Amino acid sequence: MKSSRTVRTGALTYEEQLGARKVGLRAELRRAFTGLQREETISAYLFLLPNFLGFLAFSLLPIGFAFYIMFTDWDLAGDPAFTGAQNFVTLWNDRLFWKTLWNTFYYTFVAVPTGVFIAFWLALLMNRKMKGVLFFRTVYFLPQITLTVAAAIVWNWIYHPELGLLNYLLGSIGIQGPRWIHSTAWAMPSVIIMSNWQGIGFAMLILLAGLQGIPQEYYDAAEIDGASGWQRLRFFTIPLLTPTIFFVVVVSLIGAFQGFDQFYVLTQGGPAKATTTLVMYIFQNGFSFFKMGYGAALAAVLFVCILIITLFQWYLAKKWVYGFEE
Amino acid sequence: MTTITSQDRLTSINLGKKRREQLGNILAWLILVIGGIMMMIPFLWMVSSSLKTLDEIYTFPPKFIPSAPQWGNYLRAWTAVPFAKFFWNSTYVAGMVVLGQLLTCSMAGYAFGRLRFPGRDKIFLFYLATLMVPFAVIMIPLYVQMQYLGWIDTLWPLIIPSIFTPWGTFLMRQFMVGLPRELEDAARVDGASFFTVYWMIILPLTKPALATLGIFTFLGSWNNFLWPLIVISSLNLKTIPLGLVAFQERQALKTPWELIMAAATFSILPILVVFVFGQKYYVRGIVTSGIKGGG
Repeated sequence: MKSSRTVRTGALTYEEQLGARKVGLRAELRRAFTGLQREETISAYLFLLPNFLGFLAFSLLPIGFAFYIMFTDWDLAGDPAFTGAQNFVTLWNDRLFWKTLWNTFYYTFVAVPTGVFIAFWLALLMNRKMKGVLFFRTVYFLPQITLTVAAAIVWNWIYHPELGLLNYLLGSIGIQGPRWIHSTAWAMPSVIIMSNWQGIGFAMLILLAGLQGIPQEYYDAAEIDGASGWQRLRFFTIPLLTPTIFFVVVVSLIGAFQGFDQFYVLTQGGPAKATTTLVMYIFQNGFSFFKMGYGAALAAVLFVCILIITLFQWYLAKKWVYGFEE
Repeated sequence: MTTITSQDRLTSINLGKKRREQLGNILAWLILVIGGIMMMIPFLWMVSSSLKTLDEIYTFPPKFIPSAPQWGNYLRAWTAVPFAKFFWNSTYVAGMVVLGQLLTCSMAGYAFGRLRFPGRDKIFLFYLATLMVPFAVIMIPLYVQMQYLGWIDTLWPLIIPSIFTPWGTFLMRQFMVGLPRELEDAARVDGASFFTVYWMIILPLTKPALATLGIFTFLGSWNNFLWPLIVISSLNLKTIPLGLVAFQERQALKTPWELIMAAATFSILPILVVFVFGQKYYVRGIVTSGIKGGG
């Protein structure tokens, strides 16, 4: 068995460390089980066993299984009937699917940028030598650790068109508040506001940590050269922060795309399906209508969408993220 | 002729800088306080509503401070639906998951991070790959598996699969890879088995990572809504999020918002307490994943 040896930089894997001469599974296994190495190999497998069995049973197996289910028609009562790509054809023609997809994109690409934007400015404000930073950090982060369901229930009450706090406050400054979660136009913005209230703490925390990682010397050097505060921000802080911003954006996008909890509790996907997300639609198909095959197919679409979004972000990152290699 | 040195420049900048910085600090402080108040308003409103009477809830304009705090609302909410059961279920599930995760993920992390064996990196790559798969993909086949095992409408589906998430293994492995080898080598030279090394040396060193994993897992399990919604239907087995929703969905002529708000309050209180004490680890966990991920 030949292996082409190209010059590589970076750490050697375990296989390479063992030497370039004998490559191949047989030789490797033989080496692993001889002499002193034997105890390490056996111990390692024993350590790994419980976790790996669970991983196999509850992570790998379901994924493989899902790959099969999406090509069947199954309602759990009888046997699955293999239907090939029929589910995907149905999906393509399903108007509700497209509406759901649109809702999910609408939510994701409004909530995340606005949230990260606000969180950025908050982090910037907190990145100062002043008292009470820890207190502020806790206060802004508190919504993040509240039960999403509990938070949604509270906001349900806040959004009440007649008795709720929001319309009362708006009314006291002369604005006629909309019907929020009961209006098709305002339902999604309502969920976005609530989600951002909850989610800003997370982004702010990471951005703050990123800001604190920028050495003070950079700022001093820029000041000596006469840069104003705004210039320092534009040409130093923000570029140096782009890796952190990138991370926050990607993680938030992936999470937002799978939004379910607050949608279920706040609006139940309504009114008129205005706030039904993709995960919610999968949930309905799988566990209200018991169309397992269709649900699995929808889930596959979800996966592909997330993959595309992530890959697209990686591609864009080369253009705007400072120091983004490969 | 006097030359202005960079030292002079720095000094003059510093004098003016101090003033500007102080002014900026005050302004920042003000904005943060106003923003902080806005963030806290929903909480304050929640507590305030929970102490009102039903009539007070349904009067407009609403008052912020109820005329006579109805502490009895908390008791009535607690007994209206079996919240004691819900709390027990949530705690039991979360506790079991945390224990299971700490054990299996630290062992696997040890194997991946500090031991050598064939296939180590390839298998770990599999773990990483499954991290990318959204839960929605897994939930349908997982439900089928649970039904096959007869575990639907029990607490088992909430516990067992959650113990083996690749995320916990990933966290432990990353942490353990960074530990120094000297202690381990010294113990090995003295004839310790790998298990002894793991138990007596490595594990105590990973206490921060264990604390972080424990807190994250506990909070995550407590907050979990979609999966319990799928597998649990009996009222007695519901977890707190499920219970809250069940409470809210009960029909009444006038929705008892004051009771619902009371329920919401005591539902989030335990987490707040856990968070306040474990804040250090939770924040550190988020930040290190952010820094590592963000470069």
